[in-house]
Amino acid sequence: MLLPQRSWINRSVRGTSAEARAGKWFLSVLAFVAIVVPIFNQLVPPTSAFHLSAYALTLIGKYMCFAMLAMAVDLIWGYCGILSLGHAAFFSLGGYAMGMYLMRQIGPRGVYGDPVLPDFMVFLNWKSLPWFWYGFNHFIFAAVMMLLVPALVALVFGWFAFRSRVTGVYFSIITQALSYALMLAFFRNDMGFGGNNGFTDFKDLLGFDLHSDRTRVVLLLLTAAALAASYLACRAIVESRAGRVLRAIRDAESRTRFLGYPVESFKLWVFVFSAVIAGIAGALYVPQIGIINPGEFAPINSIEVVIWVAVGGRGTLFGAAAGAVLVNYAKTYFTGALPEVWLYALGSMFIFVTLFLPRGIIGLVQSRIKAK
Amino acid sequence: MLLLVLLSVRSVRAQSQTDNNFLSILGELRKASFPDKEAIIDRLSQTGHPSVRVVLTAFMEDRLFFRNDNQTIVIVKSTDGNPAVLDLVDPSSLKSIGTAPMGNLTRIDTNNHLRQVLGTTVAHFALSSPEAGVRLDAVREMMLSPDEKSVALLRERSAVETNSSVKKGIAIALALVALDDPDAQVRLDAIQTLRISASQDVRNKIAGLLDQSSDGKFTEGDARVRNAASAALVVIDRWRTFYSGIETLFFGLSLGSVLVLIAIGLAITFGVMGVINMAHGELMMLGAYTTYVVQTLMPGHIGISILVAIPAAFLVSAFTGILIERTVIRFLYGRPLETLLATFGVSLILQQLVRSVFSALNRSVVTPEWMSGTLQINDALGITYNRLYIVIFTLLVFAAITMVLKRTRLGLDIRAVSQNRAMARAMGVRSEWVDAMTFGLGSGIAGVAGVALSQLTNVGPNLGQSYIIDSFMVVVFGGVGNLWGALIGGMSMGIVNKLLEPYSGAVLAKIFVLIALILFIQARPRGLFPQSGRSSENS
Amino acid sequence: MTIRDKVLYLEKVTVSFDGFKALNELSLYVDPGELLCIIGPNGAGKTTMMDVVTGKTRPDSGTAWFGRDIDLLKLSEPQIAQIGIGRKFQKPTVFEQLTVFENLELALAGNRSFMKTFLATMAAAQHQRVDEVLEIIGLTDQRAAPGRTLSHGQKQWLEIGMLLMQEPELLLVDEPVAGMTPQEIERTSELLLSLAGEHSVVVVEHDMEFVRSIARRVIVLHEGRVIAEGDMDHVQNHPHVIEVYLGV
Repeated sequence: MLLPQRSWINRSVRGTSAEARAGKWFLSVLAFVAIVVPIFNQLVPPTSAFHLSAYALTLIGKYMCFAMLAMAVDLIWGYCGILSLGHAAFFSLGGYAMGMYLMRQIGPRGVYGDPVLPDFMVFLNWKSLPWFWYGFNHFIFAAVMMLLVPALVALVFGWFAFRSRVTGVYFSIITQALSYALMLAFFRNDMGFGGNNGFTDFKDLLGFDLHSDRTRVVLLLLTAAALAASYLACRAIVESRAGRVLRAIRDAESRTRFLGYPVESFKLWVFVFSAVIAGIAGALYVPQIGIINPGEFAPINSIEVVIWVAVGGRGTLFGAAAGAVLVNYAKTYFTGALPEVWLYALGSMFIFVTLFLPRGIIGLVQSRIKAK
Repeated sequence: MLLLVLLSVRSVRAQSQTDNNFLSILGELRKASFPDKEAIIDRLSQTGHPSVRVVLTAFMEDRLFFRNDNQTIVIVKSTDGNPAVLDLVDPSSLKSIGTAPMGNLTRIDTNNHLRQVLGTTVAHFALSSPEAGVRLDAVREMMLSPDEKSVALLRERSAVETNSSVKKGIAIALALVALDDPDAQVRLDAIQTLRISASQDVRNKIAGLLDQSSDGKFTEGDARVRNAASAALVVIDRWRTFYSGIETLFFGLSLGSVLVLIAIGLAITFGVMGVINMAHGELMMLGAYTTYVVQTLMPGHIGISILVAIPAAFLVSAFTGILIERTVIRFLYGRPLETLLATFGVSLILQQLVRSVFSALNRSVVTPEWMSGTLQINDALGITYNRLYIVIFTLLVFAAITMVLKRTRLGLDIRAVSQNRAMARAMGVRSEWVDAMTFGLGSGIAGVAGVALSQLTNVGPNLGQSYIIDSFMVVVFGGVGNLWGALIGGMSMGIVNKLLEPYSGAVLAKIFVLIALILFIQARPRGLFPQSGRSSENS
Repeated sequence: MTIRDKVLYLEKVTVSFDGFKALNELSLYVDPGELLCIIGPNGAGKTTMMDVVTGKTRPDSGTAWFGRDIDLLKLSEPQIAQIGIGRKFQKPTVFEQLTVFENLELALAGNRSFMKTFLATMAAAQHQRVDEVLEIIGLTDQRAAPGRTLSHGQKQWLEIGMLLMQEPELLLVDEPVAGMTPQEIERTSELLLSLAGEHSVVVVEHDMEFVRSIARRVIVLHEGRVIAEGDMDHVQNHPHVIEVYLGV
């Protein structure tokens, strides 16, 4: 009698085997990319048709950062029912932290040649570095800030919001308001974050030239590693008992509270964790793209992330990653070939997916498999 | 009888002789240089011709032209909107004499100095106008550049003036001049008179009395006068702060009015149907563009264009709203988060549509005559008409909607469906139809909000995005589904925003409001006036 | 047996809402291990009584004791749930997307903090407990089935199962068989009977057949007070009860 019970245990305690298989598949794809990309960039000569240009490297890296961001959103939305319409804010906060480090690294090589002050500060006639820039010339400090700042903002915001039992659409609206407020703040020239130009013209990171292909490859590999690590971390949460509690909260919050679970605490934990992942994604995004500006905080960016998750399939983690890649690939294609069409396409995607594909593309595939 | 005829003929002839004299002096303006023009103006004002004031006013407003064909001087009625064909008025009879194309006319030019002279001269004439308002404006005008002639006229007028505000204005103007009098007592008395004024110019002049030169010597020698001046300053400044506060309040109300208009529509759709419509801002934008289109279609009638635009915008947005409801939202009832996302998609499409049809650039909407200008309460407080009308308009719309909801059949159906859909259906209410109509009503109001907004700012495809977050905030603050909540919430948010602005700038003010709202929700998660009964969260 | 040896003791409990007396000096007791049924027409105060016991409503006067010395009126709702009083509401709310096993797992007693649940692995003893409860509620074969695939009756049993996971001393069950098929009703009565003894069970019901099948002792409530008490026969023939139910 023990054996059949164990297989039930496997299924109910460790997630369905379908999910486990898909997860393994996802990690294999990542591994494949991690191996193939360096080869086709470094070892294949630039003249060959198979060479992956720097542009392609940047694109792949960008997609992977977005995949991380999408997973962060899926963790709280797909599994806990918290729809955040402001997650791009956490992404950007991490990005700005990295940006500050990179700006300090420019040193005397900037346009104005000031060894301490970044160009935009010289331009604004500032005499000294504002206090919150101290420490950003050390990578360790910046790395800590990339994690800490999004975490703190999420902690404070989430604590206030969850504690007062703000849920559903109300919560989504105020996350949107939060990212909007941050956007307004970062656009101001006197905030000390580069104003509407943001940060750009980065030179190197930890001594490695950001424009060299080799550095790009390494960054891309790091991103792939971060993506894999976040995936595994999210899986760990989702498949633990805590993950089941999260799903219980998603489906019947008051019942879960009635069972004695500190619902607000659970929400806060995953919200902060998700913000940290988003922050890391943002921090990896900036050196690859080469620029960060306050437009990244724009509410529409956060809403786009949600559509990536919805298209891919929420509540599946790898689906979110797939959705991010798919939609952004479409965006890259459309904004290049038919720019006016892109917004129509995006808008229609929102409508189509919510009306006809509530479980995303992955859901569609899954039901096809089940039907067979 | 014959005597009468002879007398009238003589007076007509005398009149036409005055006319000719007048017209010939006027004619000299065609070729005169600017200094000459000044002298001509003086001579014109001496003629005593009844049309002098109108002619000089037209001259000051760049509406004095001469015809290229026969070199006669004409006044143009209005150059608003740069029309190709202008209505002409005869300068001596002040009667309409037909039209002429712009190309056949040459304007008689002015410069700043000339306009100033004209202003003072016209003011002199205005001083004897039968209307008190005109006289008061004249006094103000003369106060700005008090030459000897003005002062003499003012003194003269002060003796016979009956209207109290004008009398007060004259007293102030004369007192201002008296501040330069050599006699200290005169200056002291002048300060006493000036204490009641809240004008910036008066304040500056009194403050000037306390000026010190670099070696510590005061401009004003007499210590008593100096003390009186500082005391007066305190009083004046207090009044100015008070009026400034009222002005801020008013700005807050007008900003709040726009928020209220947008929020009412949202409160209805969210409250009744539990639908979060992210395209609400775009429905408002469509209303603003409708205003633009209406104005483009009726360029000569800007005045009534607004009145036409209001129902037009209502219909356009209502129709679009119903379309959205029938095609998209209908299938997503009970799933508010999905509705949010789907309507966001709609908003993207609407924005892009407008960009394709109208171009991505901003369009400007013209404010009609009857809505422009300022109501000067006193020297420190001026209320712009357009904002005033918007506030009044908002209150009217609010009253109308409340009336619709409380008194009409549709309103009854809407309230029934929102409180208990199943029961309403059992009573025969066609809830699907009610849903569509409710959505149409809410969207139509958004369109009307767009008309109001077009008067305050430029119209562009992103108009909706700038206000959507604010309007959500109002709904969240005021309580979902509650009209009074939308009204009070919107007005208070507008006022708070404007109150903070002088201290923190517009952007930070917005951030503070946002944060304050998040904190407010702590205490009252369902808003000021929570909706009892159905909650869209329980789905 | 002294008064205080009862597992639940209510004395002269009065609850009024805006002048309307939901409970009017209600007094009743529950013996340890018994299966007590409470019946009465709508508005009799059955749900209010349970609200008072679980701490959802505070009475205007009267006392409520749990066991020898626990004053229920001094405790909050979550505290009362902790000390061993479990309540099953009318509408079953199980977690639809989780399996039967996972539903029961969540109801396991134990540390509820995020960290602890994240790191938690199922100990053999806990696993056994879940299996036991599955056995009791008769859902062993459905352990891997998602909540949403269960029938109405099965959901009710699952909910009782979730209550049992917390090892309650007193179970308050509100209208368990509403909407069930006859077979389900039979199984439910078996289940509740099996629970009595180790637990004390108070069942509120309307279905007279069901009550007859499970009840040893029945209490009839009307307008907030007890009007009859005894076994089913006694109660059904009680003149006041007949009057109240049939209006004769």
